[in-house]
Amino acid sequence: MTGSRADRGRSAAPYAMAAPAVILFVVFILVPIGYAIWLSLHAMRVRGAGFGIRTEVFVALENYVTALRDTALFAALRHMLAYGVIMVPATMGLALLFALLLDAPRVGGKRASRITIFLPYAVPGVIASLLWGFIYLPAVSPVSAALEAVGLPAANFFGDVSVFFSVANIAVWGSVGFNMVVLYTTLRAIPKELYEAARLDGASEWRIALRIKIPLLRPALVMTSVFTLIGMLQVFSEPATLRPMTNTITQDWVPLMRIYQQAFVDNDIYLGAASSVLLAGATVLLSLGALAVFRFRRHAR
Amino acid sequence: MSQRTKIVPTLVLALGGVYALLPLLWVVIAATKRSDELFTTFSGWPSFTGGFFDNLGQLGAYGDGRFWLWMLNSLIYAGGGAFLTVVISVACGYALAKYRFAGRKLIFAALLAGVLVPQITLAIPQYLLLSDLNLVGTYWSVILPSVISPYSIYLCRIYAEAAVPDEILEAGRVDGAGEFRLLWSVGVPIMTPGLVTVFLLQFIGIWNNFLLPYIMLADDNLFPLTVGLYSLLNRGASQPALYTLVISGSLLSIIPIIALFLFLQRFWRLDLVAGSVKG
Repeated sequence: MTGSRADRGRSAAPYAMAAPAVILFVVFILVPIGYAIWLSLHAMRVRGAGFGIRTEVFVALENYVTALRDTALFAALRHMLAYGVIMVPATMGLALLFALLLDAPRVGGKRASRITIFLPYAVPGVIASLLWGFIYLPAVSPVSAALEAVGLPAANFFGDVSVFFSVANIAVWGSVGFNMVVLYTTLRAIPKELYEAARLDGASEWRIALRIKIPLLRPALVMTSVFTLIGMLQVFSEPATLRPMTNTITQDWVPLMRIYQQAFVDNDIYLGAASSVLLAGATVLLSLGALAVFRFRRHAR
Repeated sequence: MSQRTKIVPTLVLALGGVYALLPLLWVVIAATKRSDELFTTFSGWPSFTGGFFDNLGQLGAYGDGRFWLWMLNSLIYAGGGAFLTVVISVACGYALAKYRFAGRKLIFAALLAGVLVPQITLAIPQYLLLSDLNLVGTYWSVILPSVISPYSIYLCRIYAEAAVPDEILEAGRVDGAGEFRLLWSVGVPIMTPGLVTVFLLQFIGIWNNFLLPYIMLADDNLFPLTVGLYSLLNRGASQPALYTLVISGSLLSIIPIIALFLFLQRFWRLDLVAGSVKG
C-alpha cells in the first residue's frame, strides 16, 4: 500500500515542480506570442457613417503589408544593421582577443584586467549611455577637450557616420567583458595536454591559438555570437537615451523605437504587433541559422 | 626562451582595462562639480569646491527624495524578481533533469525555443494582457514577466544533471524521504553555487532592464533607477542644471551594483554558462 502511494507521489512530483514555470511560461510567453499574432491580423475600424462605433475587425495580412511598406521601419532596419556591422564583430573580436590573452602564458595583470573588463557588464545600458553620452557631448567631452588641447579640432560624435560608432561603442563596452569571461572559462576547461605537445614542438602561442584553441572554442563562440546578434536586434536603450543629446538620432531610429512609436505614440497597437512579429521572426530565423551553420560544420568535420 | 612577462599582450589587456574604466572614472570626476563648473572647467580633472556634497544634497531633495525611492524600487524589482526566478527555475530544472515523465521533452523544447524568442518583442502583448488584469502600473507588472526566464531554467537543468547524483536521491528514497524533501535538502544545497550564478545573472538583467518598466510604468514613484534617470535626463535637455543631478545619480546608481558584483565575484560560476554549450 505505502509502496504504491510513494510511486504515485513520485510520478506526480515532477509535474508539481515544473508547474509554476510552465504556467508562467504559458501566461507570459506563449499567450503574448499568440496575442501578438492575433493583434497583428486585426485593426480598429470605424463602422457606419458619421460618428460610427469603433470596432476591432479582422484584416488578414493588411498590417503586415503596411509594416513592410513602412519606409521608417526600413530606415530603422538600415540603422540597426549599420550599428550591428560595427557592434557584433567588435564585441566578438575583442572578447576573443582578451580571452586568448588571459589564457596565454606569461601575460601580466590577468586577474586585475579580467575583473576590470568584466565590470561594465554590471552597468545598466541606460546608465552606460548616459556616461558615454556626456563623453560625446561637445560641451563636457574630455575627449574633445584633450583634442583641442593639442590643437586638433573637436571630435563630432553625432555625425552622420560617427553616430553609428558612438552607439555601437556603448554596446561593445557593456558586453565585451561577459563574452570574454564565458570564452575564457571555456578555454580553462580544455585539457592542457592538448597544446602541450604543440608547444614542445615549438609552435608559437599565436599558432596554438589559431589552430587548437579557436576550433575548440567554436560552440562557445556560436552561443555568444547568437546572444550578441539577439542583442543587436533588440537595441533600444542606447539610442533612446542618447536621443535628448542630439538631433541625429530620431524618435524611430532603430526597429524597436519604431515599434514603440507605432504602438504607444501613434496608438496603433495592431501595426506595432505586426512589426514586432516580423522582428521576432527575423530573430528566430537568424538564431536558428547561426545554430544550423554550426551543426553543419560540426557534422562536416 | 625567457620566462619574463610579455610586454605587448600585457599592454593590450591593460588598454582593455583602461577602456572599461574610462567612463566610470569620468563620472566620478564629473560628480565632484557644481553645475556652473560642469561646462566651464576642464573635464579631466575633479573639482574640490565641495560640489560633490552639494550634488548629493540636491539629488536627495529632488522630488522629495524620489531618487532614493527609485533605488529602493530597483532593489525590489531585481532582488524580488531574481529570487522568484531562482525558486521557479530550480524546481523546473531539477524536475527536467532528474525525472522521466510524459511531456518532459515538450517542455524542454518549448523552453529552448523560448530562449530564442526576444523577451522584448513580447513587451506589447504583455502590456495589453497585464492591463486587462489591471496590473499595469504596479510592481507586479515589472516583476512577473521577469520571473519566467527560459535561460535560467535551462542552466538549472544542466547543473542539476551534472551536480546532483542519482545515488544520493535513491538512498534518500530508501530512507523514506519525499520527493520535495529530496529537492529541498539534497538538490538545492548541492546546486547552491549554480543557483548563486543564476541569481546574479538575473539580478543584473532585471536591474539593467529598461524597456519593460518603461512600457509598464507611468507613475514615477514606481520607477526603477534606469527609467528614473532617463526621465531626469529628458527633463535635463531643457534645464542643464539637472545634468549634475543625472551625473551624480548615475554614479550613485552604479555603486551598489558594482559593490555586489565585486563582493560576489568569487561565487560566480560562469563555467556553468560556458559548460551549457558543450556537446
